[in-house]
Amino acid sequence: MTPEEQNFMRKIEAEEKIEPKDWMPAQYRKNLIRQISQHAHSEVIGMQPEGNYITRAPSLRRKAVLISKVQDEAGHGLYLYSAAETLGISRSEMIEQLQSGKAKYSSIFNYPVLTWADVAAIGWLVDGAAIVNQVSLQRTSYGPYSRGMIRICKEESFHQRQGYKAMLSLAKGSPEQKAMAQDALNRFYWPALMMFGPHDSDSAHSQKSMEWKIKRETNDDLRQKFVDQTVKQIEVLGLEHPDQAIKWNEERGHYDSSDLNWDEFWSVINGNGHCNRQRVEHHIAAHDEGEWVRDAITAYNEKKRAKKAQHAA
Amino acid sequence: MSEAIKAATLEYTTRLGDDSVVLGHRISEWISYGPFLEEDIAYGNVSLDYIGRARMFYTYAAELANDGRDEDDFAYMRNDREYRNLLLMEMPKGDFAYSQVRQLFADVYYTYLLPELLKSKDETLSAIAAKAIKETKYHLRRSRDWVLRLGDGTEESHKRTQKAVDALWGYTHELFDMDETEQLLADAGIGVDVSRLRDAWLAKVTEILTEATLTLPTEEWAVRGGRIGYHTENLGHMLTEMQIVHRSFPGCKW
Amino acid sequence: MSVITEKLELFEVFIRSKRGLDHKHVGSLHAEDQEQALEYARDCYTRRSEGVSIWVVKSSDICASQEDDADSFYDPNDDKPYRHATYYVLPDPVNNM
Repeated sequence: MTPEEQNFMRKIEAEEKIEPKDWMPAQYRKNLIRQISQHAHSEVIGMQPEGNYITRAPSLRRKAVLISKVQDEAGHGLYLYSAAETLGISRSEMIEQLQSGKAKYSSIFNYPVLTWADVAAIGWLVDGAAIVNQVSLQRTSYGPYSRGMIRICKEESFHQRQGYKAMLSLAKGSPEQKAMAQDALNRFYWPALMMFGPHDSDSAHSQKSMEWKIKRETNDDLRQKFVDQTVKQIEVLGLEHPDQAIKWNEERGHYDSSDLNWDEFWSVINGNGHCNRQRVEHHIAAHDEGEWVRDAITAYNEKKRAKKAQHAA
Repeated sequence: MSEAIKAATLEYTTRLGDDSVVLGHRISEWISYGPFLEEDIAYGNVSLDYIGRARMFYTYAAELANDGRDEDDFAYMRNDREYRNLLLMEMPKGDFAYSQVRQLFADVYYTYLLPELLKSKDETLSAIAAKAIKETKYHLRRSRDWVLRLGDGTEESHKRTQKAVDALWGYTHELFDMDETEQLLADAGIGVDVSRLRDAWLAKVTEILTEATLTLPTEEWAVRGGRIGYHTENLGHMLTEMQIVHRSFPGCKW
Repeated sequence: MSVITEKLELFEVFIRSKRGLDHKHVGSLHAEDQEQALEYARDCYTRRSEGVSIWVVKSSDICASQEDDADSFYDPNDDKPYRHATYYVLPDPVNNM
């Protein structure tokens, strides 16, 4: 190990944060960029499935809550893009990678949002799963990422709670509403579990990222945490658990559950879910349509600068 | 409060609520379609302000109506012929220039309307105005800046913005129309005499458009009818989407 | 499609959360100029009234110390513990000073 590497590893082991200007192994930087940008893209693409219900929200209060939630997703995307930018990649490069399919985002957003209950289920289950992951990432070794996570966690607890409240209104509402809630739970439960990624044994990046403390807990451990916490929540809603095999295991101190449909997981990751194409096309369309606006800003700014310079001369 | 005044206040408050909810809804259509992320967040805030206003106006309308309806009944259970919003608010989102020009027209309008509403003898209306004034100050700064940038940006942005000004101009006249209801309330010191706001509005809009190198339309045309429920076709589509979930499950709580 | 938000400049955002506290770095954003950066900072970083005052600074205007300089920058002060209040141990009854 070079002295730089030694110094780097010493910080990692001592739980000191790595900061932007510090020396870091090229692969550490690469892993971080991959993970943070993927995380940022997930927030940004995540605006779409819920945003798609903003214009149909069933009450004005729910409409306002949903707008502010989707706004938060945009904000979180922003925090994360700026964390990644400290590593020397620009937002435009990251967006290009998203649009070309080179960079991934969370597969959960490739599932269609069909009913209002889906919006509730996303808040509760998808944000819930995200929080489990993000709480763990508050302790990540890269300073800007860790600080971004702390900020995001603070804001996201509202997301899960509002989602659960919305779900509760449905589950305790009319029979149609309850059926809608159960249907949403059945469809979103499994993809939510898939958000934690493949089994660690099948994960290409897990080991090194754990060693460098980019990731602090394994995919399977985090998933287990989520499975455990969700059982009671489903019970309180009075809904049926989608996993028939769910069973408390005294010895492990955890719930046993069915294995996931990994074929589906890989198929969606590889671009063949219900909405993969739609989500990316939406992003490209909005981005392309924004181009003349961004051009206008640049042109206006240049004119203003020229005027100022003229004034000064 | 006399019955006539009370009925007029209910109608007036509903109109103001309709303006807010329709514009707020239109702005919300931009979320995830903005030119960049910062703008998605910022424009979302403006939308939230309008939805918030709509809720305050409708809550007050429900209180005045006192017939068991709530804010959502006003928003979701009336059809387009019953809506009383200004036509300007219901025009589709269009391109970014179109939305920002509409926003500018609306923001300048509220810049002059709200301080008058603040003087209302009706405490609730005055209180809503007090809150909205602060919001509008910020909204106008935004829409003014955008119109300047777009008008005086590139050739394309200039063209699009001028086109938006021309396309929306005819819908601005009814912003300053008075009818019996509004006259009654203006005389009673409750409502605003909007016909008196036109000069200030025109001066301000002219100033901003000129700075943005845009031309004030000379062509005189005006479309009116929002306040009597004679809408463009846009509102029906908008309400169909907005009300679908609420109406599909009658009587449900969300 | 390739030249994207870099048409806009990168700004660092600092927020004073309460009167009497320091401005603290909270993140960055893209904007056309200082004024727009300030407005976006308000929308993006104070959605929950996190601040009473905002600073924005062009990222390119920030001059940062390098870790390699750390020795000359900070070490000379490491041997001056008498600059810290904890250096002065006082008798218990008055140690809250």
